[in-house]
Amino acid sequence: MKNQFENRKFVVGGLLILFALVLLVKLFSLQIIKTSYRLSADNNVLRYVPQFPARGLIFDRNGELIVYNEAAYDLMVVPSQLSAFDTTDLCNLLSMDKTSLETKIQEAKDYSTFIPSPLLKQISSITYARLQEKLFRLPGFYVQTRTLRKYSRDISSHILGYVGEVSDKVINEDPYYKLGDYIGISGIEKSYEKVLRGKKGVNIFLVDVHNRIKGPYQNGRHDELPVVGSNLTATFDADLQAYGEKLMENKTGSIVALEPSSGEVLAMISAPSYKPSLLIGRIRSLNYLNLLQDTLKPLFNRALMASYPPGSTFKTINGLIGLQEKVLFPRSEYYCDLGYYARGIYVGCHNHYSPLDLTRAVQNSCNAYFCNVFRNILDSRQYSDIHESFESWRNHLLSFGFGQTISLDFPNELKGFIPKSSYYDRYYGKTGWSSLTLISLAIGQGELGITPLQMANMTAVIANRGYYFSPHIAKNIDGLEEDQEKTELKHFTSIDSINFTAIIEGMDLAVNGAPGTGSTARIARIDSITVCGKTGTAENPHGEDHSLFLAFAPKDNPKIAIVVVVENGGFGSTYAAPIASLMIEKYLKGSVNRKWIEDYILKTDLIHGQKEN
Amino acid sequence: MVRRRINIVSNLDWVIIGIYLSLIIIGWLNIYSAEFNESGKSVFDLSQRYGKQLLWIMAALVISIIIIIIDSRFYQYFASLLYGLVIIPLILVLVLGTEIHGSRSWFVFGNFHFQPSEFAKCVTGLALARYLCLPNIKLQNFRHLLLSLAIIVFPGILIMLQPDTGSTLVYASLIIVLYREGLPAIYVIVGIILTLLFLFTLIFDKLYIIIALIILVFIFYFFIEKRKRFFFTGITVFIITGGLIWLISLILSLNISIYFMIMLTLVITGIIYSILSYRYKLKYIMLVFVFLIGSVTFTFSVDYVVHNVLKEHQQKRINVLLGLDSDPLGSGYNINQSKIAIGSGGMLGKGYLRGTQTKFNFVPEQSTDFIFCTIGEEWGFAGGAFVVILFVSLLLRILYLAEQQRTRFSRIYGYSVFSILLFHFLVNIGMTIGLFPVIGIPLPFISYGGSSLWGFTILLFIFLRLNASRTEFL
Ligand SMILES: [Zn+2]
Repeated sequence: MKNQFENRKFVVGGLLILFALVLLVKLFSLQIIKTSYRLSADNNVLRYVPQFPARGLIFDRNGELIVYNEAAYDLMVVPSQLSAFDTTDLCNLLSMDKTSLETKIQEAKDYSTFIPSPLLKQISSITYARLQEKLFRLPGFYVQTRTLRKYSRDISSHILGYVGEVSDKVINEDPYYKLGDYIGISGIEKSYEKVLRGKKGVNIFLVDVHNRIKGPYQNGRHDELPVVGSNLTATFDADLQAYGEKLMENKTGSIVALEPSSGEVLAMISAPSYKPSLLIGRIRSLNYLNLLQDTLKPLFNRALMASYPPGSTFKTINGLIGLQEKVLFPRSEYYCDLGYYARGIYVGCHNHYSPLDLTRAVQNSCNAYFCNVFRNILDSRQYSDIHESFESWRNHLLSFGFGQTISLDFPNELKGFIPKSSYYDRYYGKTGWSSLTLISLAIGQGELGITPLQMANMTAVIANRGYYFSPHIAKNIDGLEEDQEKTELKHFTSIDSINFTAIIEGMDLAVNGAPGTGSTARIARIDSITVCGKTGTAENPHGEDHSLFLAFAPKDNPKIAIVVVVENGGFGSTYAAPIASLMIEKYLKGSVNRKWIEDYILKTDLIHGQKEN
Repeated sequence: MVRRRINIVSNLDWVIIGIYLSLIIIGWLNIYSAEFNESGKSVFDLSQRYGKQLLWIMAALVISIIIIIIDSRFYQYFASLLYGLVIIPLILVLVLGTEIHGSRSWFVFGNFHFQPSEFAKCVTGLALARYLCLPNIKLQNFRHLLLSLAIIVFPGILIMLQPDTGSTLVYASLIIVLYREGLPAIYVIVGIILTLLFLFTLIFDKLYIIIALIILVFIFYFFIEKRKRFFFTGITVFIITGGLIWLISLILSLNISIYFMIMLTLVITGIIYSILSYRYKLKYIMLVFVFLIGSVTFTFSVDYVVHNVLKEHQQKRINVLLGLDSDPLGSGYNINQSKIAIGSGGMLGKGYLRGTQTKFNFVPEQSTDFIFCTIGEEWGFAGGAFVVILFVSLLLRILYLAEQQRTRFSRIYGYSVFSILLFHFLVNIGMTIGLFPVIGIPLPFISYGGSSLWGFTILLFIFLRLNASRTEFL
């Protein structure tokens, strides 16, 4: 079988020889020429001691230090280097019993006989000092230094998140992490884990059979210095955050405050909350378990993960869509006879002047008015059928960020829910529903799920008259260029800027209208600041309705957009409006003058069933 | 029948069998050393890897005897069927397999792990041989070439989905088979250029590569084009176009990237040149230009894939190998550990069972992918070189026998065996001494693992069986 390509066998064979020679040469240089890899003969052992860098510090927007570190000591064991030692002495020193010591050592053996495992974590500095004297009699043990989180103010646990031990799953996926390492598990600690953690280093020591370090291996040539984590400046205002947490004590719900001109999160409160210092150190696992079993779910971040029907606050959105779709004009007036009646359906309203125009309808929060608006949108002649008009309505909502995650850097944000037309097809059949079927959407009830963060963002859209910046919590990271493309990107909604005027006027009147004109949120009024707001009540089939309020201030050039949700708080004006108003006053004026409102909120306890006032 | 069987035994190539047995014994001894600890009871302890490996070796010997007994024509006639039979578990493992270390490569039955991809290499060789030995199949024919590539690439893609990058790359080695069977040299040259470009893209910024390419092309053009006038026209056009685009973007303060400017300059120069070459019949210019555009596009695609498609740990491994990143406790850790272990072996090694670095987790996967560390540490350069020489002898012997075959089928299959073993041998040892990225493929016959041992045994013994019948059919 001779053929024309037979000579190619020499090329193939030649390449084999060539590559094999390359291997041999490299092997020769590694083993014979380079002495740096060689170890002295008498069975010396290298010990790799990871050097943990200090985690990056976290500051609030005013540069106040919130999270820092303190030293902690872990007792490590290398099972293969163990020899007989005085167990009772060690047990006394560590105040642990003999069996648990033995199980710990067995666990370490099961993981690896040669890699160090933590035997006891975060021993006190006193124990550490005493242990230090006896270590030479304990071959196979040594102490490793690392750092733990500390909090200058015990606040903002849901924003900061916490740090805990890395899980097996992560160890398998990311070779950076080893058993016993710490990793950010939620909040900023999780989102910015990579920048906060820095980079581990390693010291390689030669250790003799008596567990004595004989010195750095190769004079530390193979050592790597750890790189300290970058410091992070967050966007929240610690004073405002602390104040909000105080106001929300003994209530369930959340507050989200944004700076409309940047999307920066000024405060994010989820109540009930927990103190961040509960989740550090040796007390962490026990406390975590307690928090997990708490029926009020303090670990659950309501600001990001709870969704509510937006209630009457949603009338502003329906008004905007009506204007944009040209089925509503600021001067349009509708009558309201204590509600809205149509073909057997009745949506009640309260007693107010009638008829109203758009601005006054927002001010009075008239249900009938917005039922008319909503039906006009869905029955608009521009669309061939209800499916088309409904999808158009829905697309307007999506442009506000509803039904999707909107933040840049919060882990575990809920998308919320905005139904598609197919959703109703499934319930009523393709032709079985009309604008009247969905009438509860007109006043923000029914099949809508919106998170407090999304409501705050919608408030920012109104404050900005048509656009928003993605909400985010990191303002600045040392040594890293800010990702301006993302933070400075204006997300325009589908509503033209001009259409916001009538709605904003209505929100102004709702707070600042003269007494007797039907303003729904006069309790939120602050002298010298024009607050624009809208109340809402989210129907709650499981109990008392949720109290909602959204607001921004000042009216011109707004500095803060805020939403407050008080679960089981009844009408929006009852609790949510005064809380929002106090927060705005605190943020814009630095202190609160209206002590009687403050007292009224602080005394309110909606959790323990003893309503004051 | 009896006579024929005796014939076969004497016709078997005992050189290869001798090397095979030596490698397996060396492998077991080193697995024993790597896994040795105080808790193990006897060498037959089935809770330990060395105990299990003994079992796999027994089974491998049984498998090899069965392969020898089967009629040699079986492998040719049923090649396509076997190919199909092995593809099925490759698909099933994507759905029913158990995920270990992020890859869905294994079927797990209790304590027993089974990796179908280890068997796919062998049948791919058979199927390729079966197709190429058909009359009138020529690799110069583009359709035939595509079909041959499809046979190779199909299992490769399935394995890529697991994902198991290492095992996928093994299939690239079958290019050697195609080369021997007449793959046009131009493909090989283009392949080498693309590989070099690929590596350079990883190491240098793509801007430098593009500039270097442009300069290279101009130099090349200078030497092949006799009429120097056109060469200087070329340079002038290129510089003027580039300058103009730069000026325009500066004046209008357009924020366009330098890459875009260079590409635009190239395209405009190309258009002007096409006109020139059409009018003055410049032969090479289009070829040179197509090469340039092709290379630049390729550079951009590689850049894109590396930064946007590859997972972070894969990027990292490549970067560490190329010295662009050092991460002592991450991926660099493995290579550094491995090098310290091998380097500490010196000339004669620390002695059997005396290694200190290759025990338990200092070196990862010390009995599978990094078994060569144990050899290097305990047996030194002498042991390492011995293993390298054993492999080279095995491979040269396979190459020699493949060329002796009388049927094209046997020769092609022989070359497949050669290519697959060559790739595993070079890449596995290469990665332990820092010459190649850690892609996690075993060292044939030596690494721990039933699936891989059986896979390689089947691969090799089918060739031995074919070779034994060399004189049988004319
Ligand atoms: Zn009304």
